[in-house]
Amino acid sequence: MQNHPVYTDNDPQNELSTLNLGPTHPATHGVFQNVLQLDGERIVSGVSTIGYIHRAFEKIAEHRPFYQITPLTDRLNYCSSPINNMGWHMTVEKLLGIEMPKRVDYLRVIVMELARISDHIVCNGVLGVDTGAFTGFLYMMEHREAIYEIYEEVCGSRLTTNIGRIGGFERNFNTIAFDKLRKFLKTFPKTLKEFESLFNRNRIFVDRTRDVAAVTAEDALSYSWSGPILRATGVDYDVRAMNPYSSYEDFEFEVPVGTNGDVYNRFLVRNEEMWQSLRIIEQALAKLEKEPTDIFHADVPDFYLPPKEEVYNNMEALIYHFKIVMGEVPTPTTEVYHSVEGANGELGFYLVNDGGRSPYRLHFRRPSFINYQMYAPMSRGMLLSDAIINMSSLNVIAGELDA
Amino acid sequence: MGKFSNEELLNKLNAEFPEQLTLVGEPFGLLTLETGKDNIIAILSYLKNDAALQFIYLTDITAIHYPEQEKQIGVIYHLHSLVNNVRIRLKVFMTDGDVHMPTATELWNGANWMERETYDFFGVIFDGHPDLRRILNVDDMTAFPMRKEFPLEDPNRVDKKDYFFGR
Repeated sequence: MQNHPVYTDNDPQNELSTLNLGPTHPATHGVFQNVLQLDGERIVSGVSTIGYIHRAFEKIAEHRPFYQITPLTDRLNYCSSPINNMGWHMTVEKLLGIEMPKRVDYLRVIVMELARISDHIVCNGVLGVDTGAFTGFLYMMEHREAIYEIYEEVCGSRLTTNIGRIGGFERNFNTIAFDKLRKFLKTFPKTLKEFESLFNRNRIFVDRTRDVAAVTAEDALSYSWSGPILRATGVDYDVRAMNPYSSYEDFEFEVPVGTNGDVYNRFLVRNEEMWQSLRIIEQALAKLEKEPTDIFHADVPDFYLPPKEEVYNNMEALIYHFKIVMGEVPTPTTEVYHSVEGANGELGFYLVNDGGRSPYRLHFRRPSFINYQMYAPMSRGMLLSDAIINMSSLNVIAGELDA
Repeated sequence: MGKFSNEELLNKLNAEFPEQLTLVGEPFGLLTLETGKDNIIAILSYLKNDAALQFIYLTDITAIHYPEQEKQIGVIYHLHSLVNNVRIRLKVFMTDGDVHMPTATELWNGANWMERETYDFFGVIFDGHPDLRRILNVDDMTAFPMRKEFPLEDPNRVDKKDYFFGR
């Protein structure tokens, strides 16, 4: 944070101006309000107000059966909903003690890594837009579309995916999904390379982002930061590597870290994470070759809904269908904390269960909420235009911020 | 998984804070302890600053409401020792009449909004917090909506009465 001249009382220019940045401002990409005190173009102090799209998900979740909570998690970080969905499924599976077949794990890994790429595409693309370079964003957006088309083949929807079920996937991946995935793996690296060559050593971009909003590792840890922005400060905390879930221990990948936690470092970390995600997807595809192709869910009839034609023609399936929908399957009375590496950081689910069909208490540890609280304090002394790109590089998603 | 087991951690904590911690359990390998509000900051600060334990990462603060218990409101801390890769969960329960807790903001800056969220939804007052205001709900709200007695839907709504649906 740079020094700036402090005006004294007898200075005729000592008036500060107040700027309402948000709640709906085109530069903030979401519903964020910051009331800033400006001294010229420098921010003297700021107050963040959040909660404009608070939808009481934790309260609603207490009244819904487990499988109906997945659509709520879609709307947390809506740039990478599959990670939220899978995180929730895995939390419930951990609670119920369900073991997943390897093939389901690998399919999940593919979907989650695609989601991570699509999230980073948006974040880094928009960071380029905010610094004045629209081209990169447009190049990358084409590939987000390709990812969304893969989601469409897997689950039928694009943005709020509701992908998978507790116990696996609702249907098997079709061949078109794999074809589209292979096509994506072939074309995306070229674009990513192009994107990097547009930005990484671009004088305007580097001058605009280097040493802007630099954060020390101590500060980042004290503010409980997680995800790419924490790794940009040099802390190699990645849930995938530290507490592997969904068979991440079977994969070889690096956890990229930065040095001084500025906007440029965060950009580079995200780019490198996309390369690592591609690497993981390639490995997952290779591993899938050795797995039986017809397995897409675990054998847990108590919690995994049977196919509809079975329900109509088979007594046993009908009974299971009835038991699941009416919530007549007992669940363990205990509490569980499960976290996954979301695109923004550690996405945690703290679930307290009392044996019923819906949680007694469910708390989402939302990385955006926790990462964003440093925004106002760290903006002090910053130029207004730097504060804007700082917000872009934090990748705070309003849905996840407000839950 | 971690570099020390839950048992070692528990023994160490019991030696440092005799008879102040109750073992709740180890659900899914996560050591869960209960303590009183007088000790919580001392315990958190010991966990954070001890050279061997190093629970430097505050994962989460949240609360829970059990209306049928005498001590209704519980505040729950999740800590993570990144160096050792061990997590711990601490709970503090209090009666509805006395929902005061000491703040953890002096140990972690990140506790600020987590405590504000807990206050907003459960009405737990964190003494010493620099800026204890509502965070997600509107400022003039009077209820604490995550408490169990707060209904999910507005009971004064008239458009969902049964007689509209012939019941």
